[in-house]
Amino acid sequence: MNRAGAALAVLAALLMALPALAGPYALSVATLILYFAYTGQAWNVMMGFAGQLSLGHALYVGVGGYAAGALFYHYGIGPWAGLWLAMLLCVALGAAIGFLAFRFGISGVYFALLTIASAEFTRIGFDHLGWLGGPGGMFLKVAQRDAWDLVNFRGPPVMYYYAILLFCVFAFALCFVLSKSKAGYYWQAIREDEDAARALGIDTFRWKMLAVMLSSAMTSVSGVFFAFYYNNLFPEQIFNISRSIEIILGPVIGGVGTLFGPVLGAALLTLLSEGITESLGAIGLDIPGVKQLFYGAVLLAIVMFLPGGLWPALSSRLRRAK
Amino acid sequence: MTLLALRSVSKSFRGLRAVRDVSFQVAEGAIVGLIGPNGAGKTTLFSLVAGALSPDAGEIAFAGRPIHGLHPHQVCAAGIGRTFQIVKPFAALTVRDNVVVGALLRTRSAADARRVADGILDQLDLGAKRHLPAGSLTLPERKRLEVARALATRPRLLLLDEVMAGLRPTECDEMVLLFRELNRSDGLTVLLIEHVMRAVMALAARIVVLHHGQVIAQGTPAEVVRDPAVLECYLGEEAEI
Amino acid sequence: MALGLSVIFGVVRVVNFAHGEMMTVAMYAATILFAALGLDPFLCMLPAAAAFFAFGYALQAMLVNPFITRPEHSQFMLLVAVAIILSNALLMVFGPDARSVQVDYQLDTFEIGKLLVDKARLYGAAAAIAAASVLFLFFRKTRTGKAIRACADNHLGARIVGLNVKRLYSLTFGLGAACVAVAGCALVLLVDVTPSLGPYYTLLAFVIVIVGGLGSMGGALLGGVLIGVSEALAGLFIDPSAKSMFSFALLILVLLFRPQGLLGSKA
Repeated sequence: MNRAGAALAVLAALLMALPALAGPYALSVATLILYFAYTGQAWNVMMGFAGQLSLGHALYVGVGGYAAGALFYHYGIGPWAGLWLAMLLCVALGAAIGFLAFRFGISGVYFALLTIASAEFTRIGFDHLGWLGGPGGMFLKVAQRDAWDLVNFRGPPVMYYYAILLFCVFAFALCFVLSKSKAGYYWQAIREDEDAARALGIDTFRWKMLAVMLSSAMTSVSGVFFAFYYNNLFPEQIFNISRSIEIILGPVIGGVGTLFGPVLGAALLTLLSEGITESLGAIGLDIPGVKQLFYGAVLLAIVMFLPGGLWPALSSRLRRAK
Repeated sequence: MTLLALRSVSKSFRGLRAVRDVSFQVAEGAIVGLIGPNGAGKTTLFSLVAGALSPDAGEIAFAGRPIHGLHPHQVCAAGIGRTFQIVKPFAALTVRDNVVVGALLRTRSAADARRVADGILDQLDLGAKRHLPAGSLTLPERKRLEVARALATRPRLLLLDEVMAGLRPTECDEMVLLFRELNRSDGLTVLLIEHVMRAVMALAARIVVLHHGQVIAQGTPAEVVRDPAVLECYLGEEAEI
Repeated sequence: MALGLSVIFGVVRVVNFAHGEMMTVAMYAATILFAALGLDPFLCMLPAAAAFFAFGYALQAMLVNPFITRPEHSQFMLLVAVAIILSNALLMVFGPDARSVQVDYQLDTFEIGKLLVDKARLYGAAAAIAAASVLFLFFRKTRTGKAIRACADNHLGARIVGLNVKRLYSLTFGLGAACVAVAGCALVLLVDVTPSLGPYYTLLAFVIVIVGGLGSMGGALLGGVLIGVSEALAGLFIDPSAKSMFSFALLILVLLFRPQGLLGSKA
């Protein structure tokens, strides 16, 4: 697989060098792509590996963001400590949802509804939590710094870019290692046929819980990043079901359960949508909703014609071209 | 030594008594056949032993330990493997990966599991197809894969649910040879549900006959074939004895 | 409205995620018709229902039918996509501001004993009951209705018996869509319409349907009443804007303990 290795190396080099090559707008788009790629990969762990469709993943982004944000806002505690709290809370939440679902045999569509309900419940709940800012939102102090303050996770956009790049690489590596390990095999078996898996000695409950907890922990990191990058959190926005849908778009379009799928999907989607907004802006049109409509159309097309996602189709083409 | 013991096992589904007061034993190293007309409760019995269902009454003991009420994965870990009547391959995984999933129960690393899987695949004559997706196999191959997968969990007792169904006589004979060999060399105990009499007569040293959820006869093949109760319940059916 | 969803899910077993969006479209249609022709929304119901029937039929026939054999979550995604497209198309065409319909009797009330009942709400309830009765009769008495129920019970069996399952599914979806149209017309008198109303109503419909029992029409009605009452009560005791939390909590509880709902039967 030498060609693939070389391609990967080139990509890595490009990504590392991007800030030097690109302007601030391109950098922010790249950051956005990587953000969605990372979060999509986290979601992918639950869906692609354990086969559980979660449409309420914004829950973990929100809880993660608020946890770290609240610590910083009220107590001035830096994000590195906040990260642990965020992960802890999200793991607990994921475990709760997973436990309730799996113990009571809820799967498929019902599970998806359960996740949606949980996210909505939390959204409305947070709207009423004054201590966390309520519907007006929580604003973290924005300190314009040119220096990199890693302790408080504040700095120029370049720092955020490298941070999210690091997270992406980590997520990618983690998923790669997992897919080749016992966990990967077991998860795939569970996804394919749970009864058969159980007959082979797999404790499906335990392994599904693991996938859910890992996925929620990873997603909480997204939340922390979000909080410190954008510096404001609104329940209406961050827990909204459209956020949950945005998260799944990357992996679904790129290929659920694959390694490269979420990255490819996120990249393609963000680039194309930014492209559309830009070109419309150039003609002088600013139509709200175009981007989302585009997302919807692409999702429809993929689900209808390429249900496996783009990456599997692409990779088999590439393999044939060798 | 008795490996598997059922005592007065009963199971009902909303009024339908699928299994009624069933008792029998399987000695270690034996091959026992479980036969009976359709709807007799054979697969339900398997599901009870394998942990997919729990009995309403009665006890099931494996190597002296009670296993009724355990979850299927615990039963497998205890040493019982099973195949399904309608085969359930992991269609998207390769043939080899299917068996690896089974092997991982007993191995330390994925690499070890792959080695074990390769060995078993060769034993079952599936080695050539190891990298193909399981969904692309023919039915007899899928049946062999199902057996391979269960064998990978290193069971002491193997539950085979109508594994010969749909196979041609030559394929059936090959499977019979395979199980005889496994029984002889590895001491594998086998309990098989079968309709194909050719296989049952060739393999089983003892036969248990089930009808309407109850045991109506047990004994050697010769004994069972002459039993009037058995003949009555099979009257009108095509028995290839 | 929840009736439509129950019908669709119960029969076609496809989760119509776009339900709420379809209702929003209906509401917008009502506003246009009112603005253009001065038509009372209640009068709009019949033509709207007819139009939506056609739309729903087409949607099912073209998009969803090829999907019946695909795994559940594919179908779900499909309708999620449709929902996104619908709601954003509305946003593009109508803009984000709220619109409403102003009718003479909107603020009138009836006095029943000591209770004050809004005329608009009462008419809406009457319309719902009327629609429900029509559906009920359809499913019980007509041949097509029975055929549809047969499909729901046993997909394969129905095909073997020669029923054109795909056409029946399209019919059902169309019926569900028609219900939604009726609901939309009624609702437009009570709620101002914005493009983002969809998700809230979709979820509400699901809550109602699941609580009442999927596939059971009586259940949908019962669920609707139950949720309506409980939300109102919750609004009295807890902060009114938090009353939906109660509904979602109820959904979670029902999903866990009695997924077939109050009047549904185990699938």
